[in-house]
Amino acid sequence: MHEIIPQHPAGTLKSQMEEATGVIVSHCYQCGKCTAGCPLNEEMDVRPNQILRMLQLELPGYEDKILSSLSIWLCLACDTCYSRCPQEVKLSQVMDFLRQESIRQHKVNPKAKDILSFHKAFLDSIKLNGKLHEVGLTIDYKLRSLNLMQDVLLAPSMMAKGKLAIFPHQVQNTKEIAKIFKRISEGTKE
Amino acid sequence: MRIGFYPGCSLEGSSKEYSDSLFAVAEKCGIMLEEIKDWSCCGASAAHNLNHDLALALPARTLALAEKQGFEEVVIPCAACYSRIAGTKQEISNNVATRKKIERYIDLTLEADIKILTVFEFLQKYIFPVADGHIVNKLNQKTACYYGCLYSRPKETAALEQIENPMEMDKVMVKAGATPIDWAFKTECCGAGFTMSRTDIVAKLSGKIIEDAADRGAESIIVACPMCHVNLDMRRPEIKKQLNKEINLPVLFITQALGLSMGIPADQLGLNKHYVPTDKVVTCIVKKEA
Amino acid sequence: MARIGVFICHCGENISATVDVAKVAEKAGKLSGVAYSVDYKYMCSDPGQTLIIDAIKEHKLTGIVVASCSPRMHEGTFRKAAEKAGINPYFCEMANIREQVSWVHPKSDATTQKALDIVRTMVEKVKKNTALTPIKVPITKTALVIGGGIAGIQAALDIANAGHSVIMVEKKPSIGGHMSQLSETFPTLDCSQCILTPRMVEVAQHPNITLYTYAEVEKVTGFVGNFEVTIRMKAKSVDHSKCTGCGTCWQKCPSKKIPDEFNEGMGFRTAIYSPFPQAVPNKPVIDRDHCNYFQKGKCGVCQKICPAGAIDYEVQDEFLDVKVGAIITATGFDLKHADFFPEYGYGQFKDVIDGMMFERLASASGPTAGEIRRPSDGKIPEKIVFVACAGSRDKAKGIEYCSKICCMYTAKHAMLYKHKKHDGDAYVFYMDIRAAGKDYDEFVRRAIEEDDVHYIRGRVSRIYEKNGKLIVKGVDTLMNGDPVEIEADMVVLATAVIANQDAETVAQRMHISYNKHHFFAEAHPKLRPVETNTAGIMLAGACQGAKDIPETVSQASASASKAIGLFSSNEMTREPIVAVVNRQAPPNFTSCTGCMLCMEVCPYHAIEREEMKDRTGNLIKVAVKVNAGLCQGCGTCVAMCRNKSIDLQGFSNDQMLSEVMALLNS
Repeated sequence: MHEIIPQHPAGTLKSQMEEATGVIVSHCYQCGKCTAGCPLNEEMDVRPNQILRMLQLELPGYEDKILSSLSIWLCLACDTCYSRCPQEVKLSQVMDFLRQESIRQHKVNPKAKDILSFHKAFLDSIKLNGKLHEVGLTIDYKLRSLNLMQDVLLAPSMMAKGKLAIFPHQVQNTKEIAKIFKRISEGTKE
Repeated sequence: MRIGFYPGCSLEGSSKEYSDSLFAVAEKCGIMLEEIKDWSCCGASAAHNLNHDLALALPARTLALAEKQGFEEVVIPCAACYSRIAGTKQEISNNVATRKKIERYIDLTLEADIKILTVFEFLQKYIFPVADGHIVNKLNQKTACYYGCLYSRPKETAALEQIENPMEMDKVMVKAGATPIDWAFKTECCGAGFTMSRTDIVAKLSGKIIEDAADRGAESIIVACPMCHVNLDMRRPEIKKQLNKEINLPVLFITQALGLSMGIPADQLGLNKHYVPTDKVVTCIVKKEA
Repeated sequence: MARIGVFICHCGENISATVDVAKVAEKAGKLSGVAYSVDYKYMCSDPGQTLIIDAIKEHKLTGIVVASCSPRMHEGTFRKAAEKAGINPYFCEMANIREQVSWVHPKSDATTQKALDIVRTMVEKVKKNTALTPIKVPITKTALVIGGGIAGIQAALDIANAGHSVIMVEKKPSIGGHMSQLSETFPTLDCSQCILTPRMVEVAQHPNITLYTYAEVEKVTGFVGNFEVTIRMKAKSVDHSKCTGCGTCWQKCPSKKIPDEFNEGMGFRTAIYSPFPQAVPNKPVIDRDHCNYFQKGKCGVCQKICPAGAIDYEVQDEFLDVKVGAIITATGFDLKHADFFPEYGYGQFKDVIDGMMFERLASASGPTAGEIRRPSDGKIPEKIVFVACAGSRDKAKGIEYCSKICCMYTAKHAMLYKHKKHDGDAYVFYMDIRAAGKDYDEFVRRAIEEDDVHYIRGRVSRIYEKNGKLIVKGVDTLMNGDPVEIEADMVVLATAVIANQDAETVAQRMHISYNKHHFFAEAHPKLRPVETNTAGIMLAGACQGAKDIPETVSQASASASKAIGLFSSNEMTREPIVAVVNRQAPPNFTSCTGCMLCMEVCPYHAIEREEMKDRTGNLIKVAVKVNAGLCQGCGTCVAMCRNKSIDLQGFSNDQMLSEVMALLNS
């Protein structure tokens, strides 16, 4: 899956981020309202407002600290921060960018391994079938994360309730979807 | 007019009852929904984390197919699909360069002018005008309407009038003869895409939601999102551990609740597919007075 | 034969660094009609002006062109110099080679050429100039003060004490404004009413002040020194000349459940009411929208029991026309309320209140007689959270500006609460503390150090209610961004100061400008902070922008001094840059055909109909004339006139054409 990570333009992390997302970090005046409303503020190693602070100051070591933080992977993209931000900083887009950059620079926080495995397994399933196949996703995720025993008790009951299909639903021509993935991975390398 | 229908992956799998109940209600009211042919996944909670272009291309393919098939409106009952597709539609219609790029990726052209309806917009527009004739029961219970993140945020795609205290689903529940409660967690996050990868977080966030609803006397929670449903219904063992207490508060899709008020049998609405037993919801129901 | 002098200024290096001034002077000297040309480092300096005066005398110049800065900067300076040298000041013209040349172009030959071209146009213009005389206009030495808050009160008293008449118009039943609602005032904690009410009484009793309460300005026409104002006197339904203010009527009025505006909706008043015990005048009015007699046609209790027979249900709004020379606009401000904040509960939580509500709770004359009790159940809160910058500095909510007063009144609120409830907890969420006034920062430190108010740097993301408590979700940005969740009994939002709802209408009625937030605009942000762009109309108080009491009072006195200055002479002179309709010998009288198109387009209503009559009084012709007092010299009429009968003095068609021709012929 790594080929699907876009190549970002050269420059500092801040300038790359601003170019890719249109977010301007100097708009943030550090009121902390994003962090105050974040559902996962307590679990984050670097708080949302601190990520913006580090992008603003660009002191040595900050880029690494951001890209290897767990926070960027904990962000659920619930957009509570942006919806209440007085300065309208689209923090969720900043987070999307930072996650992609973190993978590209191989700086993903070890504790985020499961989260990343799930995202990758998810996209694999789509690439393969055009649609998400929950059984396939689960198996793929378990193999990637090695959380083999997770939810084993849940599966039979889900099956019984008709919530799991053993065979995937597929789009008519699965190659079409694979082509989209291919074009994007080529496109982003240009 | 033909109304398009985008089920999304969940409604074909773990949340099949959402789709079944939506069709049951629509059928009861004589409204036809037509599935978009050959639709694909919207990328949901994963694609945007890894590749922005992919997060646009996947929904764009479905939008383009819907346009090609001549739909002017598409109902998207899943909140995640709604958010991703509505966001894509907006980004593409605001930026010609992005549109051209995405068209190249998906090898299809698109106008991005199709109207996207959330489930409550659909109910409001098509079911409400004819509902009174079909509603035979009063749900006769206190319900906590839970909206989650993706209908209320970001503001560009918000489908709700008051994003911090939405009332759209509450209005549907009043129609169904329930008493929606005023509570604090209508739009708090349930943990969404961490269903599998961080069940601890899901348990914590969803636990707070269920606890507040129960504290305020709700007898059922009403949702309109398959992810929220999975987290609130299926993750109950983890939630029980987190809260250190068991709360047996059933979680229904809005279309299931409305279906019950229309006298559609519980099995047909897929109530038997839930983890938290829904018997109490059904026993509360009384005949609507003429 | 014209003898024109050209004076090229270096403006230090402002012009000479970009424009070859010596060359411009040299070339200008060769222009037809130019008798003298010179360049100099600072023309506006004393030696520079002397140089001009001497040159006019020595070379017998008939007109001069000063090539330097904008006429807005120094036209007056050089025209005075010309007058000193004995020529009519309107034979002095300026060529702007700074703002229009040196400041906007790089150094080059083309830049120098442009400077020369501009000089040439002005040389051609000045050749066509005529002698003009400033216009004298009489001044009505009465000021109108709109608004009876502390700003209006201060301005009215200052003007009245200087010996001039003042008309004060207040839309509410009493003067006093927001200051009368306040509890104590920062930074001294003296009681607001105690210092305000003597001033209110002074206004009512001052022989030079005529007070119209329950009245609004309906229309303003005219110009500085000579405004004509129509005042709407709203029907009070009570004849104040008979009423003794005994209060029997409001004790007996059966409509008792009307939310009391003075107490910010916490408490009730009657339909016939005087807003508060210290009201001036302390005589009631009937709120017809809530009165049974007016709404349902029956009741009449107040009329039956009034011992003075002062109640009159039949009276209608009346209109009063007054003439005034100056207007002080002191219409005040409003506050956003809790319902403005989705994330703080859309105003649904009774115990989430705004700052003005807290003032009423803390005020001895308030609904709780000064005890801090929360609105929902009347309990004394154990824990209060104050949220600063609520709605201010919030681009997403459309209010980018700082409301300026909140930092101080929030410190005061927290302090007052701690003084009344020693074991209570007070938390303040803030972004910055802006306490730059005299003794202000000391005041905030006192709240923190002596009264143990907990200041937390961070914004509040959300407030919700649970089990009778308000859950406040904030953050401490000084503690690594740690989330802070406080279970409070009451929350006070320091909501944004905003313009009054009708501010835009008021501004348009007065012909004054305003910003996008509808605060009235001063003529210059630094050098003319109390005047508006409309001469004779001044600003006082928060209608211009958020202000505290000391600043409001200072500005009110400043605007009063502008009015007093205007009233210090019996007449004033105006620039003669006005339109004139030509006049010819009888029997033609004028080339104007009386089509009246100009009258329709004139924005200042300065054009009047004139009937030409012969000696026996027979009507010969109908034409127009310009009221020089009203004309602002905009030239719209000139553009409309079909046979060029109207011309603008100082900018005549002939003058403008010669400027254009000078450019075309270069």
